[in-house]
Order: sequence, then C-alpha cells, then structure tokens
Amino acid sequence: MMATETTIQERMNIVIVGHVDHGKSTLLGRLYADTGTLPEGKIEKIQAICRQQGKEFEYAFLFDAFLEEQQQGITIDTARTFFIWGGRQYIIIDAPGHKEFLKNMVSGAARAEAALLIIDALEGVRDQSKRHGLLLSMLGVKQVTVVVNKMDLVNYREDTFQAIEKEYRQFLTQLNVIPQYIIPASAKQGVNITKVSPETPWYTGPSVLDSLAHFHLETARDEKALRFPLQDVYKFDARRILVGRITAGQLKIGDRLVFSPTNKSASVRSIEAFNIDSLPTQATAGQSVGITLDEQIFVERGHIATHEDARPLVSTQIRANLFWLGNRPLETRRTYTLRLATREVPCEIVAIHRIVDATNLDDRRTQSTVLRNEVADITLRTKAPLAFDLYANFESTGRFVLIDNYDVAGGGIITELVSDEQEDFRTEARERDSAWVKGDVGAEDRSLRYGHRAAVVLLTGPDTTAKSFLARKLETVLVAEGRHAYLLAAENLQRGLDADLQDTKPEEIVRRFGEVVRLLTDTGSLVITTTNAFQQEAKNIVQTIQTLVNPIPVITVHMTKDQAGPQPDMDLIFAGPEDFDACTHQIIETLKQQGILGESNGSQPAVQFSI
Amino acid sequence: MKHIRQLEDQSVYILREAYKNFDNLAMLWSMGKDSTVLLWLARKAFFGHVPFPLLHVDTSFKIPEMIEYRDRLAREWRLNLIVGQNKKALAEGMNHEKGRVACCTALKTEGLKLLLEEKGYTGVILGVRSDEDATRAKERYFSPRDKNNEWDFRDQPPELWDQYKITFPPGTHIRIHPLLDWTEINIWEYIKLENIPFLDHLYLDQGTGQRYRSLGCAPCTTPIQSTAKNVDEVLIELRNSHVAERAGRAQDEGRGMEQLRKDGYM
Repeated sequence: MMATETTIQERMNIVIVGHVDHGKSTLLGRLYADTGTLPEGKIEKIQAICRQQGKEFEYAFLFDAFLEEQQQGITIDTARTFFIWGGRQYIIIDAPGHKEFLKNMVSGAARAEAALLIIDALEGVRDQSKRHGLLLSMLGVKQVTVVVNKMDLVNYREDTFQAIEKEYRQFLTQLNVIPQYIIPASAKQGVNITKVSPETPWYTGPSVLDSLAHFHLETARDEKALRFPLQDVYKFDARRILVGRITAGQLKIGDRLVFSPTNKSASVRSIEAFNIDSLPTQATAGQSVGITLDEQIFVERGHIATHEDARPLVSTQIRANLFWLGNRPLETRRTYTLRLATREVPCEIVAIHRIVDATNLDDRRTQSTVLRNEVADITLRTKAPLAFDLYANFESTGRFVLIDNYDVAGGGIITELVSDEQEDFRTEARERDSAWVKGDVGAEDRSLRYGHRAAVVLLTGPDTTAKSFLARKLETVLVAEGRHAYLLAAENLQRGLDADLQDTKPEEIVRRFGEVVRLLTDTGSLVITTTNAFQQEAKNIVQTIQTLVNPIPVITVHMTKDQAGPQPDMDLIFAGPEDFDACTHQIIETLKQQGILGESNGSQPAVQFSI
Repeated sequence: MKHIRQLEDQSVYILREAYKNFDNLAMLWSMGKDSTVLLWLARKAFFGHVPFPLLHVDTSFKIPEMIEYRDRLAREWRLNLIVGQNKKALAEGMNHEKGRVACCTALKTEGLKLLLEEKGYTGVILGVRSDEDATRAKERYFSPRDKNNEWDFRDQPPELWDQYKITFPPGTHIRIHPLLDWTEINIWEYIKLENIPFLDHLYLDQGTGQRYRSLGCAPCTTPIQSTAKNVDEVLIELRNSHVAERAGRAQDEGRGMEQLRKDGYM
C-alpha cells in the first residue's frame, strides 16, 4: 500500500467515460485500491456482500452504490469520488456508459477539466466510445487520455492495441482533439494502472495514475477580456451590491463597466466582501464577487458586464451545435427558454441544418426534428436581443442550455452570429449611448420625482381599430393622475423633422421616429404612440423602436377586429374592444405589474436602481 | 489554499442561485461542522446576512453542548432559527432501541417533513457532501423530490456546466447541496482558514484521548480514538486515516443509508 500525499495545492475534476461495460468503474476501483485511498474495511465489506450474493468480487462494486446498479452490473448515475495524489486533490467522476443514461454522463463530463476515455481491447471502438468523444469536445473537455482496457483478454498483443489506437486517434483528430496518451491496460489485473507493468514491454508511456499529473489546470481565463454576468442585485443594507461570478478576465476598482445588451455604463466603486480585514481592490475569473457602482443605472440578472473596448456580441439569431437530452424531440416553431450564463430568454429553432452522426462525422443527414441523444447544427432566434460570445473565444458566455417545459433538455455551443435586420440600428444605439452627454439629473432622480420610470406604450394593429382613440384616452388618464405622459403622433414629424424625406424611405422615417421616442424617454416621460403613420409591416416597426430605445421598456398593445385568428406576440391584445375605459385600465395595470408605475404620484417606484 | 477558495466561490454561486430562484427557502443546520460551514458560506454569499430561516430538527437526543452552541450563534449572528420536533413520535416513546433506521426515519426524516409541511418550505439547503457516503456521491447540486419528499435517483435532471435545474412545476420540493464537492479535509481547511467557531469541546480531544469526528444523536454517535487537540492536528490525522468518517454513525450500516435517503433522509 502506497502512502498518500499530505498537503494539497490544487484540485482537479476528471471524468471517466466510454462505452458500457468497457470497464470504467473497474478502473476507478482499481485506482483507489492500489493507491491505498479506500477506507479500511471497504474492500472486505464489498467482498462479504459478493459472497453473500454468490457472485465474483468486482472493483466496480466499490462505487456503484445503488442496489440496482450492483444487481445489473452497470453504473446508472455519475458518482464523484476523491483521492489525493502528488499534491493534487482529484475529484474523479465516474460517468455511466449506457446510452440510456447519456444525460448523466453529460452532467458528469460538464464538470470535468480532463477525461479518461476507456475502450475495451476485445470489443474495440464502439458507438458510445465515439459519442462520448464528440460530447467531450462539445462540453469543452479538451484534455483526454485514452485507456485501452482489458488488454489481458487479447494477451497484451501490440497489434491489437495499435489498430484501436490508429482508429480512435483518427476519429479524435476530426474533432480537433489530440489525446495526451493512449495507454494499454488491464484494470482487472492491475496492469499499467498505478505503475508500468512487464506485461506490455512494447509500451513506453506512463501508467494511468502517472498520466493524471500531465493534465493541466486551466489558467489562461483571467488573461482574457472581462466577462461578468450579473446573478442578482442585493439591498440587504445601505449598499446596493451587484453579485455574480466572473467567467473571464479581471475587474478592479475604478474600471468603467458597460452592461450588455442594455449598453448602460458606470464605474466600479467598491468590491464588497464578508469577514475580511480590508476590502479587495480587484477580482478575477472564477470568483463569486459583489461590487457597487458609482452611478445610478438600471441593471438586472442576465446583463453581462464587460470593459467598453471588448463587449460581447449582440443579436437575436445565433448558429450553434446542440446536443439534445429531452424526452420530447426538439422541433422548429416551438418556444423554448434559452439560458446563457444567467440570462433567460424565450427562443425558437429557425433551422436544423444537419444531424451530427458521432459514428460518421462526415455524414450530412438532415431531418426536421432532433431526437434525444442526438447532436445537431442549428440556427435559433431569441425573442429579445441576446448578449453572447462565440464559444471559440469565451467558454462560459459562448454556451447555453435550452429548457423545455421545466427541464434542462439540451446544451449548445455558439459557432456563429447570424445577422438580423436590427444589426444597423443596434450599432447606432450603442454608439449614440456611449457618446451621450449627460446632465446632473439621472434617470432615478426623475423617476423618484415623477413616480414612474420612463417607458413606451406602442399601439399596433390594422386600420380603423381605434388605436388613436385609445392612445388619447390613455394620455388623458395618465396626466390626470399626475404622470408625465405624452402622446407622440408620428404624423407630426412629417412636415418638420422629416420634411427632407420622400415616402420612398420608410426605414429612415421609422429610424427618426425611434430616435425622437428615445429622446422623450430620456426626459423620464411615458411616451404613448401608434403605428398609424407607417406603411411597413408592424413587426419591424416594433422591433426597431425596441432596439433604438433599449433598455427602456416598450409595452406593446395590439388592437384587432379579428377575435378568432392567430394573434401576434404582444403584451396586451384587444380584439374588437367596446369598453375603452377597461382597456385603459388594463394598460395601466400592466405598467404597474412591470414596475414602471408607482402606486400613485410621488410614491416610491417599484424599480430597482443600482448605485 | 487556492483550491479552498475555488470551492468557496462555487458554493457561494450555488447559494445565490438558490436564493434568486426559490421562494420558501430554508437551510438545515445541525450544528455539525458541515452545516456550520454552510451557514458561514451563506453569510459570505449575502455579505453578513442570512436571508432565509435556519431549521433544526431536534430529536431530543442531541448532545447538550450542541444546543447551547446553537442558541449562542443564533443570537450573535441574528439568525432566524426555527426548531422542529416530531412530538407525536417522541410521545409514543420512539428511540434508538426501537431500531436505528426506524428511529432516524421517525425523528429526523419525518420530523423534517412535518416541519417543512407546517411552514410551507419547498426549497431546503443542506450540507451533504459526496465523500460521506456512496449515495450522496450521486447527488445533484439542485435535486428535486416528489411531494412525499422521495428521491428518484434513476431519473435525475442533467446539470450542464453551472446551469442547474432552477425551474420546477409548482409543488416540487427541491434540495440544494452547495457542499457536494467538499471533502471532510476541505471542511477543516476552511474552518481554519476562516476561523469559524465550531464545537471544539466535541470535535477536539479534551485530554481523554477521544473526539467526535461526526456529530449526531448522543446514543448513536461514538467518539473516535484521537489526540487531535487543534484543527491542524485534526488535518494531519485525517490525511493519514483510512477509516470512513461516518464509521461512528450507527444508521449507516448495511443498506440503511440508501433506503433512508430514498425516503427523504438528508
């Protein structure tokens, strides 16, 4: 029995993957037994249970904890086990190899920094050997060592080993994965597990145990540009603390931060902490931190803070490689929730370009749905602009999960930004906002005085649905309540601001209109307007105004005579309304629910600002 | 100590996810070293505040020092402490002599269920660790239980990267395990690093050559032979030990733990 190391300098997560019954749990059991890491009496206890049940002792039983796992001789769920070796604390994650339990394998592998991939020498490369290899590359596990196990069953033949090595190395190359080592071994016989054994005199590499020391801890993340996705905003005491985990880069006191996708910016005033003599002045990737800002800006969970010169991408469309674990197939035209870092937004699959076949990566099969355990190349569209990175540049902000109903049903890595029609307007808004000259009165000062936040109420729908009538009524009621509301009729721009434009430039008319709305919201007003003056399809107008006034909320109200047909995705829909007082009341209630209106004039608005 | 700070950052992240996404949240505190570290991590995560109640399921068989310690910290740290007890089972004379698994089920599992039902908590934060027991090694950070608080380990939700399952149908009970990746050694390293007050009279040798390695009810927890008189000596002892931590906990024998946990034991 070897002595265990006493001081720990670092810790590392390693996952063991591979096809079912290729010996993952056995390898793990052997590794623990031969390094003297098992508690006293553990082997004896399992041996006694085996005798009692009349079956041969297997090292796998040490970790297959559930009765059902031992009875069936398979691992159902990922187990985490620990051992200390060479100054490093390893967390070894034993993932199940059965296809049925792929979601458990993925859960295990997603936590790992490196992987041991096991292949049975007798059976050779099988489906799950390849599928697990593919998933490792998608999950971001770049360090892989392959163990060709059960070499005792092929009499430790070098040519058998070389054939498997060649085939699997070729497969990994297609995934841009270069294995650190490919080790011939027998977990059952203890060959090449903790030391290189005489059974394979032709093998010159390290044992499995020694190969672990060649896995490196990720270190480069804090040299990248800053990514700080907001997790929450706390106000337990006088401090308003923005919390989250820095996923890349560093921040320090005084840094100017910009929040995407809202483009709001402020500087770091302090980095908060508990039970510490003097507060830190900087924080780095991996840390869960809390900061305060020097300015009053609206921020919330999901926004990503970065430095101004290295912002994330923003779009409503992305292309991604996705693996699907859901019980229901992934379909186009159904709404899922996308969660990227801490941001949640509804989304739809626009296109399924191809299904990636793990056993034949060149295959270009297309189909209309993605089934459970399949990997696909897709394009998806989010309902609101999403701040993100490409996975090749940033891991944490370059990947996402899809939630179907209540379940995490798939994971994806972003390969491309797909331009949407709002791209130019978004750039304009970002550049305009970062050059904006501010007065001494901030948005919070105005909202405290007015009893509401700035917002836009936009009425859409076909002609003669009384949009203007309702808009006028809403303005009257709000002003009577003491609110700063203003009805902006787009027609009023025609002979003034738009006098130089012909009707042939509808996009420019919409753009100027959006900029005027933006200006009015900066005065703290509630701007009420309709799409009456535009010939364009209403959807684009709504999106353009949302883009240009971002992050001011736009409440969309759709009016229609058609009570039965399919309705657009709006905050409120009035189909052939008769009681306009009731409609007005409903809009005001919506404004209250969204925290835009305080209870009455002068009261504290429900909005949370960050200082 | 970089690895300890990594564990701390991860646990703080999980605690903040729990607080953001669940109403009716509570944390279990048994006054043992693990749940006390968990409590300390909550104070870290929320900058000295603990924004949810702490639950203690009192079996009435706890070691008296544990209760004093509980009440002292609750006062000093301004904790919202809620103590529950399965009074009916106690009135009917339940104790360990009626069978250890039966006693644990009645006084702890049932006691917790009763308390959760009475107060309407649907999210419970617990200090269980993977290295304590083989079934705990298979837990998720966010682990759903059905309405009877039972654990379906055959169909656990996937956890991808740091994306946890935080959306549930109404009525689901959820258990949150921020300490899953910590080992017993890590717990003591952290107690030392942060100077966390712990039950030193029980966890350290007071000159009798014995100390408790794991704390439970007095009749079912036995001290181990040890001369460790401070945290450093505990760490040295653990690094050279090959005896399981819960070896002194009677209910773990045989298949006790799998059945207990399937039925809702912590």
